[in-house]
Amino acid sequence: MSFISSSIGRKVAMSLSALFLISFLLLHVAINLLSVVSAEMYNEASHFMGTNPIVQFVMQPILILGVLFHFIMGFVLEFQNKSARPVKYEMKNDQGNSSWLSRNMIYSGLVILAFLGLHFYDFWLPEIQYKYIEFQAPDEHRYFAELVHKFENPTRVGFYAVSFILLMMHLLHGFQSAFQSLGVNNKFTPGIKKTAWAFSVVVPLAFVFIALFHHFNH
Amino acid sequence: MKIGANFPAKTPEGPIEDKWTSYKNKIDLVNPANKRLIDIIVVGTGLAGGSAAASLAELGYNVKAFCFQDSPRRAHSIAAQGGINASKNYMGDGDSDYRLFYDTVKGGDYRAREENVYRLAEVSGNIIDQCVAQGVPFARDYGGLLDNRSFGGVLVSRTFYAKGQTGQQLLLGAYSAMNRQIARGKIKMYNRHEMMDLVIVEGKARGIIAKNLITGELERHSAHAVVIASGGYGNVFYLSTNAMGSNVSAAWKIHRKGAWFANPCFTQIHPTCIPVSGDHQSKLTLMSESLRNDGRIWVPAKEEDVKAIRSGTLKPTAIAEADRDYFLERRYPAFGNLVPRDVASRAAKERCDAGFGVNATGEAVYLDFAAAVIRYGKEKALVTHQDANNEALVLELGREIIATKYGNLFQMYEKIVDENPYETPMMIYPAVHYTMGGVWVDYDLMTTVPGCYAIGEANFSEHGANRLGASALMQGLADGYFVLPYTIGNYLAKDIRTGAIPVDTPEFAAAEKGVQEQLERFINNKGSKPVDYFHKKLGKIMWDKVGMSRNSKDLKEAIEEIQAIRDEFYKEVKVPGDLDGFNEELAKAGRVADFLELGELFAKDALNREESCGGHFREEHQTPEGEAKRDKAFQYVAAWEHNGAPKDANLHKEMLDYKYIEVKERSYK
Amino acid sequence: MDLKLKIWRQKNAAAKGKIVDYDISEVSSDMSFLEMLDVLNRELTEKGDEPVSFDHDCREGICGSCSLQINGRPHGPDGGTTTCQLHMRKFKDGDSIVIEPFRAKAFPIVKDLIIDRSAFDRVQHAGAFISVNTSGNTQDANATPINKGDADHAFDAASCIGCGACVAACKNASAMLFVSAKVSQYALLPQGQVEREKRVTDMVSQMDEEGFGACTNTGACEAECPKGISITNIARMNREFIGSNLKS
Ligand SMILES: Cc1cc2nc3c(=O)[nH]c(=O)nc-3n(C[C@H](O)[C@H](O)[C@H](O)COP(=O)(O)OP(=O)(O)OC[C@H]3O[C@@H](n4cnc5c(N)ncnc54)[C@H](O)[C@@H]3O)c2cc1C
Ligand code: SF4
Ligand code: FES
Repeated sequence: MSFISSSIGRKVAMSLSALFLISFLLLHVAINLLSVVSAEMYNEASHFMGTNPIVQFVMQPILILGVLFHFIMGFVLEFQNKSARPVKYEMKNDQGNSSWLSRNMIYSGLVILAFLGLHFYDFWLPEIQYKYIEFQAPDEHRYFAELVHKFENPTRVGFYAVSFILLMMHLLHGFQSAFQSLGVNNKFTPGIKKTAWAFSVVVPLAFVFIALFHHFNH
Repeated sequence: MKIGANFPAKTPEGPIEDKWTSYKNKIDLVNPANKRLIDIIVVGTGLAGGSAAASLAELGYNVKAFCFQDSPRRAHSIAAQGGINASKNYMGDGDSDYRLFYDTVKGGDYRAREENVYRLAEVSGNIIDQCVAQGVPFARDYGGLLDNRSFGGVLVSRTFYAKGQTGQQLLLGAYSAMNRQIARGKIKMYNRHEMMDLVIVEGKARGIIAKNLITGELERHSAHAVVIASGGYGNVFYLSTNAMGSNVSAAWKIHRKGAWFANPCFTQIHPTCIPVSGDHQSKLTLMSESLRNDGRIWVPAKEEDVKAIRSGTLKPTAIAEADRDYFLERRYPAFGNLVPRDVASRAAKERCDAGFGVNATGEAVYLDFAAAVIRYGKEKALVTHQDANNEALVLELGREIIATKYGNLFQMYEKIVDENPYETPMMIYPAVHYTMGGVWVDYDLMTTVPGCYAIGEANFSEHGANRLGASALMQGLADGYFVLPYTIGNYLAKDIRTGAIPVDTPEFAAAEKGVQEQLERFINNKGSKPVDYFHKKLGKIMWDKVGMSRNSKDLKEAIEEIQAIRDEFYKEVKVPGDLDGFNEELAKAGRVADFLELGELFAKDALNREESCGGHFREEHQTPEGEAKRDKAFQYVAAWEHNGAPKDANLHKEMLDYKYIEVKERSYK
Repeated sequence: MDLKLKIWRQKNAAAKGKIVDYDISEVSSDMSFLEMLDVLNRELTEKGDEPVSFDHDCREGICGSCSLQINGRPHGPDGGTTTCQLHMRKFKDGDSIVIEPFRAKAFPIVKDLIIDRSAFDRVQHAGAFISVNTSGNTQDANATPINKGDADHAFDAASCIGCGACVAACKNASAMLFVSAKVSQYALLPQGQVEREKRVTDMVSQMDEEGFGACTNTGACEAECPKGISITNIARMNREFIGSNLKS
């Protein structure tokens, strides 16, 4: 049995892809926060990310693959895990033994997937169209305006906020759990758990804050 | 009749220290290529059967192992709590093979075969080495070396332990050794299979009829030798500390086919068990003997205090020291609370019979840890430079220490009784625990049926009339790992040319037919009472009349009553369900049928033994102080030969000579 | 007290099962859960019905035979307890109690509440042993001192009773707690080092073959384990598995 087809190998792959996505999330939130501080800085950072060939042609595909991998593997595992109990219990009383969050990663994940769809549609597709289909001239000042524009619609902001709350829930279980999957459970675990908790709460809230900030300020 | 020409115990000559070694050197060996041609059936996968199966397979024999549970890991041995003895002398307190041998023979009240016991002591150290090599996590001290504790009836610390779960860890060790052989294909494991009968071909044990408990099918299994490791028969009392499924059937089936049954009346009643709480009770729970290391046993000295306690107006903790009767310390100052089990049990019964029992039924005494808590607490306070006069602190520290030693037992007690034993003394009462009696075997562990062996609690050997704590695990593993695998060669060496034993023979057919008929009889019976009804009834007679203290009148009555229940059983028992498929009631019916025969032989044996020794106490034979009075004329093993009904069993006597130990009054004062 | 029992009845592995209702009265609070079922079975037998089959043997929480999903939780509502040690004082008069077998693809039902846990045995056959000859020609038991902490942790892991509650509780029917307990015991002891890498890969691949799900770290197993086996053992097994794969 190969490593990646084993149950533990798959968990490990899940957690490595998760940690990778989490590190991306940190970068993403940092850049977005710049938009709150100054439009200029935000434009600069975005422009760098949007035009640097390493980011565009190496990191971006890796990121996309990472996202795809995490989702597909998540579904495969969920399917396998469901089939490990073909006959359901008449009565199941899980509250006593585990958190709702940990049992429903697939649902928080699905909402995040839907959100990512929208996100791609909102930002990434126009970007690709702008740069690689219409071949428009680079404009290093357009990013901020586009961002602000997207946050005008209250429904979208609402959906955006809800998605990030679900991301928070996904992270609350997923982040610390990735360490357990990688075999890290030792005297640092309480510290890791606290840090992971703080990250899982602060980062999504920061995204929500940015959206609300632009919605109300412009 | 003395066991003589026909059935010698085959004990080797020479000085006792050399007997086993020189015997081993002369045992016939089977060469490795021939071992592959030999099949051995092992019935039972407890410590004895599991270790035997693994070792026999390791040697190269083809082993088929059977157990009625769904996995070998669940055999009753798993429940053993306290520990396992070995004469390692790691504590440097003067232990030796001879001392372990001496303690065991004396503890058994001089009713065990010297040679067997010495061999047991000799291999005991090896058991610990073997288990540690297998990864059994025994308790260790801070230096990383193995820790020991003391058990009743001895003056050294030689008991190795793994918290209160020693049996579990040892059994899982044997199970792991089995797993290795199962993976190699050398053991074929038959879980949820019950042995229903022994098949004898041309005078030799050549196979068994087994029932697949899931499908209900009967199967024929052949082999060149059959090993019975099916455990003890304490459940003849219905209530005991044995697991629910523990039974005498495998042993009884071979008895009916010619194996003599020795000393059936030697039963151990363990002093520290949780008292019976009501009629619904299905089994009793042991509180390990190790608790007597730290617990003090007492009852109130004044009758009015007993009354107040029973009516709930007085708490035991409120009784002043002077008004307590620490009866073991009073009667046996040398050993105190650590007297052997038979002595402790009878002393508790004596107090309760005199009206000093402390629960509603009047059948309970206290096991009190208050003194130990304070002693440990003070010690800890001093060591950690805290205030040893601060009572609350001392209590807290002391309780912590008690918890690390006995935490799981205290928790078990609290779950069952719903009282906190850290705060109020435990209530305990004796209960049936172990059976020293069993199938008679010679020095090779072979029964009187050629090719049929019995090991572990199922045989009668090492413990005489009373077993010392932590010695059963030792015996089971000694038999299975280190004795049987050698001695069986003596027999099998003559079988290398036999070839596989066919099962389509008249002998197998006849045995299977007999089993089938009995099963059909149960299912088709038009009775109205469930199996348990009869089992409980038998148990009550056994406890009341063949229990902790026995007399000729009661025993005679018991024999008649058991016969009557047996008749009623066959007329009135109701077994629901079908022959095929899983049917626990059907399995129980077969087991209770055998208990109903054993029970009678048990009482007959007790009646025959006109003396008191070890766990067998005949009221007619006691000293003025109420201690057991042995009789030299009964210094023998009573081996019963089946002859139709239990009442017609023939007695054979194996006289016991003590050459290496002086037979003395067994005193723990 | 009087109780309403809703019990899963199923004739054999192939049959279709269903929940059947039973009323039971005069249950004493000192009874154990299994003793309460004994009373029910006696009544059923006397009425000419088939009693409810369930696994049990030691009745003191150590053999791991008893199972039962009671009101949606393995071994019932009381923590750190096997079904045989669960007492009726944890229930109230008039309660209704749903009793089902542990459910998992790898634990097919034998009859009523009895399941087939031989998958656990097969996982152990794959590597849960130290390849030492049983002849007794080993070194003295005290020749290799073992750090008390490691020995104690190995003991804690080794105290698993193989009941399967971890699988029953897990939403993925994963057996990782059970398997990791054994892997940990040997990984912590010097005796277990030689076969360390092979053991973990062999046991994990057998575990996967048996059809258990994969762990998603919900922690339900640890919460329901009657012996308090910790999920730090699962982390250790993951570590061992990764390490073993990196080496090979
Ligand atoms: C609660 C308790 C605590 C104890 N504590 C200690 C202790 O601390 N130290 C100590 O030394 N001793 C202790 N003992 C005694 C000791 O545990 C037993 O004597 C010993 O484990 C017996 O081992 P065994 O291998 O002979 O049989 P068991 O472990 O009883 O095994 C019997 C095997 O036979 C099988 N079997 C039985 N009948 C059949 C059949 N008809 N067909 C097929 N298979 C069958 C069973 O499935 C099982 O595998 C304790 C006993 C009890 C009850
Ligand atoms: S880990 Fe716990 S729940 Fe799982 S089998 Fe072992 S004892 Fe039972
Ligand atoms: S019956 Fe043995 S653990 Fe419950």
